[in-house]
Formats: sequence, C-alpha cells, structure tokens
Amino acid sequence: MSSLTATRLIKMPRWNLRQREAMLFYLCIAPWIVGFFLFYLGPILASFYFSLTQWDLLTPPQFIGLDNYARVFTRDPLAVKSFKVTLVYTLAYVPTDLAFGLLLALLLNRNLRGIGVFRTIYYLPSVLSGVAYVVMWMWMFNPQHGLFNTILTYFNIQGPRWLLDPKWALPSLIVMSLWGVGRSMVIFLAGLQDIPAELYESADIDGANMWDKFWKITLPLLTPSVLFNLIFGIILTFQSFTNAFIATNGGPLDSTLFYVLYLYRKAFEHLQMGYASALAWLLFLFVLACTLVIFLTSGKWVFYRSVGE
Amino acid sequence: MATTQAAKPTRRLFTELDYLQPHHWRRNIWNLTIYLLLILGSVMFILPLFWALSSSFKSDYQVMEFPPQWIPTPIRWQNYPEALTYIPFGRYALNTLIVAVGAITGNLLSCTLIAYGFARLRAPGKNFLFILMLSTMMLVEPVRIIPMYIEFKTLGWIDTYLPLIVPAFFGSPFYIFLLRQFFMNIPRELEEAALIDGANRLQILWRVILPISKPALAAIAIFNFQGVWNDFLYPLVFLHRQTNYTIALGLNFFRSTYTVHWGYLMAASMVALLPIMLVFFFAQRYFIQGITFTGIKG
Repeated sequence: MSSLTATRLIKMPRWNLRQREAMLFYLCIAPWIVGFFLFYLGPILASFYFSLTQWDLLTPPQFIGLDNYARVFTRDPLAVKSFKVTLVYTLAYVPTDLAFGLLLALLLNRNLRGIGVFRTIYYLPSVLSGVAYVVMWMWMFNPQHGLFNTILTYFNIQGPRWLLDPKWALPSLIVMSLWGVGRSMVIFLAGLQDIPAELYESADIDGANMWDKFWKITLPLLTPSVLFNLIFGIILTFQSFTNAFIATNGGPLDSTLFYVLYLYRKAFEHLQMGYASALAWLLFLFVLACTLVIFLTSGKWVFYRSVGE
Repeated sequence: MATTQAAKPTRRLFTELDYLQPHHWRRNIWNLTIYLLLILGSVMFILPLFWALSSSFKSDYQVMEFPPQWIPTPIRWQNYPEALTYIPFGRYALNTLIVAVGAITGNLLSCTLIAYGFARLRAPGKNFLFILMLSTMMLVEPVRIIPMYIEFKTLGWIDTYLPLIVPAFFGSPFYIFLLRQFFMNIPRELEEAALIDGANRLQILWRVILPISKPALAAIAIFNFQGVWNDFLYPLVFLHRQTNYTIALGLNFFRSTYTVHWGYLMAASMVALLPIMLVFFFAQRYFIQGITFTGIKG
C-alpha cells in the first residue's frame, strides 16, 4: 500500500492520503446527501414548524410556540398512556423477535434438501401485509370459534378472550407480530453467509462442540446483524400502527392504544395536525436517543472483522 | 422445476462431503431432528395461510361461517377469474412491477456506493452523517407525508411513478445500514491485496466486495420487492388515476365499497402473493453457507 501511496502522492501533491480518502467518502455518499436535501430536509423542517402551530389542515397554521409540547406532558394523560403501551410492547417484542429470528435462521442455514421450501414457508407470513394478515389473526383469536381456543378446549381449558380482554390484548398483538419474524430471520440468514466455513472446520479440529461454536464463532461474528435488527426493530416497533388499527383500534380500555395510533387519530380524526406533529417530534427525539445509546455502546459488543481480529 | 434447480448444489455437497465422512449417520439423525423441528414449526406458520387459501375458494357467506370449513363445499373456483377481472389485475401488476424494477435498480446502485463509503472510508463527520441518515427513518410517516405531497406537487410528479422510484436512486437508510453491516464484516486483507495490485476503490467495490456480498444484495432485493409490492400509503397519496394504481391499492377495491368481498379479496391476495413467493424462493439460493467465501480463499 505504501508504494501505491507514494506514486499517487507524486501525481497529486496537493492532497495527502487522509484528505483523498475523505474526498472519496463524500463522493460515495453524495447521492444520499443530495437525496437528503431533496426529499428529507424539507418535510422534516416543515413538520417541525407545524409542531409549533395550531393547524386543522383546512385553515392556515397559527404559531403557538411550544404549547403543543407542554400539552403532551401536562394536559394529555392519554398521550402518556399510549407511550407506556408502546414502550411495553417494544420491550417485549423486539428481544423476542431477535431470539426467534436467530433461532430460525440457525435451523434454516443448512444444505438440506427442500430447505428452500421451509425458508419460504417461514418467510411468507412477513410479506403478507395489512388487512389479510390481521384478519387471519382475528380469526385465530376469536374467543368462541378461533383456532387457539378450539385447540384449548381439547385439553378442557377455557381460553381467554384474547383481543377482547384488556389483559390479553397486548400480548395477543405481540404474538400476532411475531408471526412476521421472517424479516429478521432473513437478515440473520444473510449474515450467517458472511461467516467463513473455515472457522468451523478449525473449531471441529480443536474438538469444539456445537454450544462452543455458537457462542465463540457464530454469535460474535453475527453481532453486526444483531445490531442492525436491534436498531431497526426499535425504530419500526415504536411506529407500530397497522395491526392495532385494524385488530383492536386501540381497545379494549385503551390497552393497545399505540403512540402512532393516537397520533394518527389526532392528525386525521381530530384534525390537530400541529399537535400530531409535536407528538411525532417527541417520538423522534426519544427513538433517536435510544439509537444513539445503542450505537455508542455498540463498540463494546459488536465485532466487525474489518476492524477487530 | 424450481425445486430441482434449487437442489442442485445441495446434492453435490451431499455426495462429495457427507457420505465420505465416517460420522455421516450421526449427521443424518441430526438432520432428521431438524426436519422434524422445521415441520412442527411450519404448521404454525402455514395454518393461517391455509385458511386464507381455503377462503379464496368460498363465497362471502361461507367465509363468515363458524366453525370454518377447511375444505369448502362447494368449491368456488370462479372466485379467481372473477376477482382478476373485477379489478384490472394485470394492469396493476404491471404498474407495480415497473415501480419495483425502478426502485430496486436505484437502491442497489446507490446503496452499495453509499454503504461502501460508510463502511470503509475514513472522513471527518462520518458518524454524525450516519446517525443523521438513520434519524430520517424515525420521523413518523403520517407527519412527513403532507410536506412531501406539497413538494412533489410543485415538481409536477403527482400521478406519475417518479415519487415512488426517484428517491430510491438517492439511497434508503434501511438498505444502506444493512449493507454497511455486511461490508464492515469483510476482512480488510481482501481489499488491501487488490489495492497493492493497483486497483482503485471503485474496482475493488465492484470486483471484490460485491461478489462476496451476494447474500446481502439478495436480501435487499427481496425486501425492496416486497416493500414496493405491499406499499399502500405512498401510492395512495401520490397516485390518483385508477389506471396508474398498484396492486396494494387495487386489493383495497374489494373492501372499499359497502361490503367486503372476502372471497375475491382472498383470491386476489393469493395471486398477489405469488410473485413475492417466487422472488424469495429464487433469491434465497444465495443463502448457502460457505459458497461465498471458499471462492475467495486460495
């Protein structure tokens, strides 16, 4: 590398290697920077301005300063409740989704005959979107004739009322979402291809068992995928909307009132776009803080082969 | 036909490696256990889908019946031809395909370049820009969509596919982050060897990094295709004329009128599911352990 550097430096004496690398970096990410100014910055700034206004979408927005933000914390217990519901949901769903996704990926990462069919079966539910997905689960959860309670009656167990019971509604939604574990499974599956087979072969020679190989080779080398699934799991889960919107519409007794569902109501049912924008910005700041904490601590537990070793 | 194609590399590996090894019977028992686990688990994943399939052969009345019939009598085969003519299904499928091909092309081109920058090159402000990029995903869509609509309207892009395709050429945070994680897990030695041989960074990205990143690129193509195929909110806001609609908007016709045509909805959903199934089935062949790296060594 040094000889190459030398010849290049002779040709272009104005920039040193470090500056050239930085230039190249900005050239590489230039499409994103241009896209950021074209498609993101405007809408983001606009939504921030709207969060400082009172706006019913019909008449021009009226500037009211930080009053929308004050209202969330002091005069809107439902907003706080919806945040708590979403937090509990995220804390339960994201780790479970990661664990199941990883387990499935490990099972499906094999050169077995017909493995493609199994992979497709496990992946398919995650591609079903919206209405069809939720309708199926409403049928499974139906207290009288649904699949779950029908099976439970075979064992003489009286099943709960699932989506209709304030205690069971949120866990039911978690189970419902876990059916879409295929998304994180695919990412882990792709991540597993990045682990060279040679490492396992030399571990075999050293007489390592499966347990050792998982903890000492697979998991450490898979941490980049874990970080990805964790951060995106959090970003997406805090924005959950569709399942609750169709299956429970926030009920019973607001037990599944997700934050974004509440935000949606404020924006498009109560026509309080300014207040909804403030809610969106508070969620934005919270998720950003979570991501920053995870990202900054990731140096301690995420292992990249281009960095470590 | 598809199964035999997918099985080819598998069979070769079996004959060359497993049967020659003395402990192959132990491996067979292990494989059998895994098959059993997979079959057990797949029941849970397939039952609701089977119900959807069976509903697609029912009349609206039969769908509502409790307890549900697994195999409907009579079987309404005509749901399929009727549903596919109730909405211009072929036209909508073609529209969605145009958007999907455009978006996937854009994302694969831009995201690899951007992700390579984030994964491999050192520059001041890199971490800040990376977090800024991630943060653009954290602002809830319902709030962002109104300013976006105003912007695309001034550009004259409303009722065209441009709002759905052009942004992809500027990268999407989800795919950039995913690719960055993969690129960072590729040892630097592979690149340094090429650098010494006099290759420049772009050549390295094209000739060294991308060939071993096929599983990640396959994952991105799968997610992107699925995302476009199922996307509801953006087409709903940006497309107006019914001839321009995508599949997801078309499916909504079965329930936007006064009643829900369950049988038709399920039949059309099943047909709409086929392309995603096919794309996944073919793309998942890149998820075969070992093949990616053995080609590089040596």
